Amino acid sequence: MRMPLFTLIAIVVAIVVFVLLRLPNVEYLFVAGYTIVQYIVLSTAWNILGGYCGYVNFGSAAFFALGAYSTVALATFGTQLDDLVPESVAPFFHLIFPLPLPVLIVIGGVVSGIVGFGTGYLTLRLRGAFFAIATLALSVVLQTLVVNWDFVGGSGGAYVVRPGEFPGLGSYMQYLFLLILGLAVLSLVLARWIERSRLGYGFAAIRDDELAAEASGVPTLRLKLIATTLSGALMGMAGAPFPYYIGYLAPVSAFGLEYAVNSIAMPLIGGTTNWAGPLIGTILLGTLQQVTTVTISSAVNVLLVGVLLIAFVIIAPNGIVGLVQERLQARRRK
Amino acid sequence: MDFPFDLLINAIVAGLLLGGFYAAVTAGISISFGMLDIVNIGHPAFIILGSYIAYFFNINYHVDPILTCLILSPVFYLLGTGIYQVYYLSFEKRGQQSLRGLAFFFGVLFVTEVMLLLVFGVDYRYVEASYIGPSIHIGILDLPLRMLVPCVGSLILFGAIQLFISYTFTGRAVLAVSQDQLALQLMAADPIRIKRIAFGISIAVAAMAGAFLIIIQPVEPSVGREYIGRVFAICVLGGLGSMPGTLVAAMLLGVIESITATFYGPSWAPAVSFGVLLLTLAFRPSGLLGR
Repeated sequence: MRMPLFTLIAIVVAIVVFVLLRLPNVEYLFVAGYTIVQYIVLSTAWNILGGYCGYVNFGSAAFFALGAYSTVALATFGTQLDDLVPESVAPFFHLIFPLPLPVLIVIGGVVSGIVGFGTGYLTLRLRGAFFAIATLALSVVLQTLVVNWDFVGGSGGAYVVRPGEFPGLGSYMQYLFLLILGLAVLSLVLARWIERSRLGYGFAAIRDDELAAEASGVPTLRLKLIATTLSGALMGMAGAPFPYYIGYLAPVSAFGLEYAVNSIAMPLIGGTTNWAGPLIGTILLGTLQQVTTVTISSAVNVLLVGVLLIAFVIIAPNGIVGLVQERLQARRRK
Repeated sequence: MDFPFDLLINAIVAGLLLGGFYAAVTAGISISFGMLDIVNIGHPAFIILGSYIAYFFNINYHVDPILTCLILSPVFYLLGTGIYQVYYLSFEKRGQQSLRGLAFFFGVLFVTEVMLLLVFGVDYRYVEASYIGPSIHIGILDLPLRMLVPCVGSLILFGAIQLFISYTFTGRAVLAVSQDQLALQLMAADPIRIKRIAFGISIAVAAMAGAFLIIIQPVEPSVGREYIGRVFAICVLGGLGSMPGTLVAAMLLGVIESITATFYGPSWAPAVSFGVLLLTLAFRPSGLLGR
């Protein structure tokens, strides 16, 4: 099978990034880099529904946390095997637990995908605003459930022990970084593929005029459900390795508002109609945030994101990509 | 085991008092979201802003929180008209309200919250007034004044809005703008001006609700988020833009929340409103008293 050029380039870029980050042998680069790459996944995922279909999801944090908490639940289950399963089947469970991280990522994706589908099914037949409000609601419901569920740590949070080393790579942090980098490649390839497929044209038709799309035979509900499921699943996959990254997962950090805000702000600042938009927005905003968090304070950093978000939606509705495109068109006209 | 009846009755009464307050909190959203079709998810931010201003004047000058917000409500009204003007020019006029308008209000919510956080810090703040503390006892009933005063104040506020909408020209024009903008223009009323006025009122009402909020409970900047789901749940359950429906739904939600908190513990209460919202959206999106 011939590998499409874009996929190849994306993989090569990812490998180059990884090798370059390894050169100075500074662990912090991976810690900071992980956050930024994680947001590439989140903002691209948000954009599949928000940018392509025009449906706003305020619940990125919920889908992300769902992925993170499926990992926590399975990890806790793994450590308490002997108390939880009958002795007769215990050896079998001991064989597969602890589950490898790639499997956990897939599970997190499936769980979030199902919840995305469910939320979409309940609310997408109504006006767009209802879906947005329901996603806001979803984060609070899920947070309440987690806070009251002692098995995953309740309101106090849960510890997940991160192995010190990963064979063949060195530190476990590098392994985590490599995984999230892989997810970023996956989501970018997926987003670009959607853009150029029938699915993407259907999405664009919904975004521009849903009634007209419906009238011309676009199966709008089905397409919207596909978009919510894909978008939710990617967010869940981004969340699954997070407990290992952070080491200690509390509901407040997993459901943090900054996930919802960043995954909306990054695509809107970068540009929503193109796969490159979320990528550019994330790299700019993510780097800026890392710098301000270190140099000023994290409160100022979130304020900055909010102000930038408001400024961009008012002044540059098509984001940075839109600005560049306008500039190019103006030059061509000359 | 005996069923604790006095507990249940007290929970219901507390819920009704809470519901009265919720009605004031939701009144603004019923106007902006229900009537003007502006999805102002930043509404709770203005409530919290009202709370903090009431707190500021109460601590420094010992002014009654309700009085503060009543006097300052014209300022909030102007703030509201200003925000609507920005919203109209940037989004409504260009037909981009659905995606970017939502993101705009989300940004406003977020920025307000972080600003309050930077100015006042994360500590819980509360006000002092003569009616905070004592309770009235009638038989087995306990009526804490800190709940009763906001409830009565809310109901008066709510009644005033209802009267304004039903009996004044501007108020009826607000109702008209939600039904048919073009027809309103033919009646020689400028829909944009009407919407601006209505949005200003919704923000002024939010500030008043903020004063009631800080009487009921101590406030910190992120409290507003809990109210997003609550106000939209009530607004949708009541049938968008129906003021009587909003009142009924607010009372209903107050009672359900209070009973949940009494019998299952307060940590479950936030999920109630969101559960109600999701169920309403799924099964009866037009609400209880929807048109």
